[in-house]
Amino acid sequence: MSSRDRILARVRAAVDGAPAAPAPTRSYLNSHTPGDPAAVLDLLHHNLADYRARVHRTAAACLAPLVAQLLAARNARSVLVPAGLPDTWLADTHRVRVVEDTEGATAAQLDAVDSVITGCALAIAETGTIVLDAGTAQGRRRITLVPDHHICVVRVPDQVVASVPQAMGRLDPGRPLTWISGPSATSDIELDRVEGVHGPRTLDVVLLSP
Amino acid sequence: MSGTFIGMPAFPRAARAAVHDATLRGNLRHATHTIRGKRAQAVAELADWQQLRDAGKQIKDHTLRHLDRYLEQLERSVTAAGGTVHWAADAEEANRIVAGLVKATGESEVVKVKSMATQETGLNEALAAEGIHAYETDLAELIVQLGDDRPSHILVPAIHRNRAEIRDIFRERMGRWGRAAPQDLTDEPADLAEAARLHLREKFLRAKVGISGANFMVAETGTLVVFESEGNGRMCLTLPETLISVVGIEKTIPTWRDLEVFLQTLPRSSTAERMNPYTSTWTGTTDGDGPRSFHLVLLDNGRTDALADDVGRQALRCIRCSACLNVCPVYERAGGHAYGSVYPGPIGAILTPQLRGTTSEIDASLPYASSLCGACYEVCPVAIDIPEVLVHLREKVASQGGHLWEKAAMKAAALAMDHPAAMAAGERIASRTRALHPKRPPGAGAWTDSRDLPDLPAEPFRDWWKKNRT
Ligand code: SF4
Repeated sequence: MSSRDRILARVRAAVDGAPAAPAPTRSYLNSHTPGDPAAVLDLLHHNLADYRARVHRTAAACLAPLVAQLLAARNARSVLVPAGLPDTWLADTHRVRVVEDTEGATAAQLDAVDSVITGCALAIAETGTIVLDAGTAQGRRRITLVPDHHICVVRVPDQVVASVPQAMGRLDPGRPLTWISGPSATSDIELDRVEGVHGPRTLDVVLLSP
Repeated sequence: MSGTFIGMPAFPRAARAAVHDATLRGNLRHATHTIRGKRAQAVAELADWQQLRDAGKQIKDHTLRHLDRYLEQLERSVTAAGGTVHWAADAEEANRIVAGLVKATGESEVVKVKSMATQETGLNEALAAEGIHAYETDLAELIVQLGDDRPSHILVPAIHRNRAEIRDIFRERMGRWGRAAPQDLTDEPADLAEAARLHLREKFLRAKVGISGANFMVAETGTLVVFESEGNGRMCLTLPETLISVVGIEKTIPTWRDLEVFLQTLPRSSTAERMNPYTSTWTGTTDGDGPRSFHLVLLDNGRTDALADDVGRQALRCIRCSACLNVCPVYERAGGHAYGSVYPGPIGAILTPQLRGTTSEIDASLPYASSLCGACYEVCPVAIDIPEVLVHLREKVASQGGHLWEKAAMKAAALAMDHPAAMAAGERIASRTRALHPKRPPGAGAWTDSRDLPDLPAEPFRDWWKKNRT
C-alpha cells in the first residue's frame, strides 16, 4: 500500500462514526470600519504609519516630484522598475539609473540596485497592509524584497479596502500574493523590534489621489 | 518525532533544573509578559473576536471531519497548478523524500524557512547525514542553530537567550558557517540583526533549493500560505529554483475565503500585531516568477493517531500562534526545553503525547505538566480546550498501568509541591471551578493512599493569578 493510501485509510478510520461537523457560521464582521471612504483612508494612513511605513499623500500631478524626492532622500543611484509602470511616475527622476526588471536578472543584480518602485493590487486599512499580486506595475515577487528601499504607490480610492474579508474577494489566489505590513522586522532579540533583517528597511507608501 | 530530543530528561526533572536558572526565568518572564499584554490589546480591537474564534474552530473541525476528502482535493489543486505532491506516513519517510528531492537537483546546500514540521521530523540532521547543509534563515532559528541549541518557544525560539549571549554566539560561530561576524560586534539588537542580514544574504543569493513549512493549505485552490516578519521566508520561497514544503496534513483548510478568519486571528494572537509584516501565498508554480519546481510533502507522523482520539483530536486545530505558551504559569517557570519536544507549553503538553504516544517517561509526564488553570483555553484563537485534553490524556496514561505513569505523575506532582504557586494551587482551584475536571488527578489515589500530600501553599491562587497574569 502506498503511503498516500495508508494515510487516507487512517484518516477515514479515525473519523469513522464521528459526529457531523457543519460548515462554519460566518457571524463575524465583514468590516470593522464605517463605510466612509475618507475615514477608511485615514485609518489606512494611521495603520501603515503605526508599522513604520513612511506614508505620503499626493495627487497625480505631484507624484513625479514626490518620487524624485523620495529617491534623492535615500541618495539612490539606481531604481528598479517592473513592466507596466507608468513612465510619468519617474518623469522628474534625473541622475538616477532606471533599471528595468527582466526575467533573467539575477538576485545578485537586484541586490546591487538601491530602490524599487511598484504599484500594488490593493491596500487594507484595518491592518495597514498592501498586497502585491505580481500584476501590472508590480513585477516579480523578488524585486520588492531584495533592494533595501521600496516605494509603493496605492491608487485612492479604487485600490483601498477597509478589511481583510473585503480584500479576499478581490484577490486571485491563482497569482502569487505578497502581503506587506510595514518594513521587514524582527523581534527575536529580547523582543526589541528591529527593522529590515532581510526585506527592505525602508517602505515608502504613496497614497495617490486622482 | 525527531531524534533531537532523545535523552531529554522527563518534564519534571528538566523543569526543576530550569526553574533554578535565574537568567532563563528572567528572559522568559519578560518575553511572555510583554507579548501577552500586547496581545490582549490587539484582540480587544476586534469587536467580533468571539465570532472569529468560533468560525476558526468550526472551519478546522469541519476540515478534520472530512480530511480525506480535502486532502484529495488539495492534491488535485496543487497538481493542476504545476506542483508535485508526496505523502509521508512518518518523519523518516518525509526526510527520505526531501533528501531525494534535494539530491536530484545536484545541490548540497538548502535554505530553510522556520518550520515546526521539519523540526519535528529532524530534517536538518537527516539531511546532514546525506551530506546536505540546511541553513536556518529565521533570525531566532539561526541563533539556535549556531548555538547548537534547541528552540524553546514556537514563535521566538531563541527567547531563552539574551543579547549578550547572542553576540557571543555570533562572534564565535558565524565564521564556521559562512560570513563571519565583525569582531567588534556589539550586543545592540540592530547590530546583531545586521550581522545576520549580511551572513544570510550571501546564502540567499546563491541558494538553489528552499525548504519551508506552511501555515495553511487551501484545498479548493491548492494555495499555500506562510506568515512571517523578517523576509527570510520570502527569500526562501521566491529566490531558489526548487521549493520543497513539508506540511502536516492538519494544516488544510477548505476554501480561499476561510483564510480571512485566520489572517485576522493568527497575527493578533501570535505577535500581537494587526498583521505580521509579510505573508506569502503561492499556488503551484508561476511562469517567470519564483521557483520553477514545487514539491509538497504531506506529513502524517502521528497526526492520524491524534485524529482518532475523539477528545484529543481538537489539538489538530492548533494554528501554532503560541498564545497559550505566553499565558502559561508552568511554561513561564519551566521554559520550553523542559517539554522535550519541538512543541512546548500547553499545546506541547497535549500534542506531543498524541503524536508520539505515551510510552516514554517524558511523554507520559507531559499531561501532568500543567496547573489546569484554563488560561490557555481562554486565549486560544481556535478554542482548543487544552485542560480537557490534559485530563483526558492523564486518564489514558494512568490506564496504561505499570510504573511509568506513576513515576511520571509523582515527579510532576513533586515539582508542583516545590513550586506551589504555579502548579498545586492551580490544580486545587481548577478542580473547584471547572465542572469537567475530575475531583483529583486520575490515578492519584494509588499514591495518595500510601504517601502524605504536602500542605497546600499559603498564597491563594487567585491572588497569585492577579499579581502575575497581566
Ligand atoms: S493551542 Fe491555541 S493558543 Fe496554543 S499555539 Fe495552538 S492555536 Fe495558539
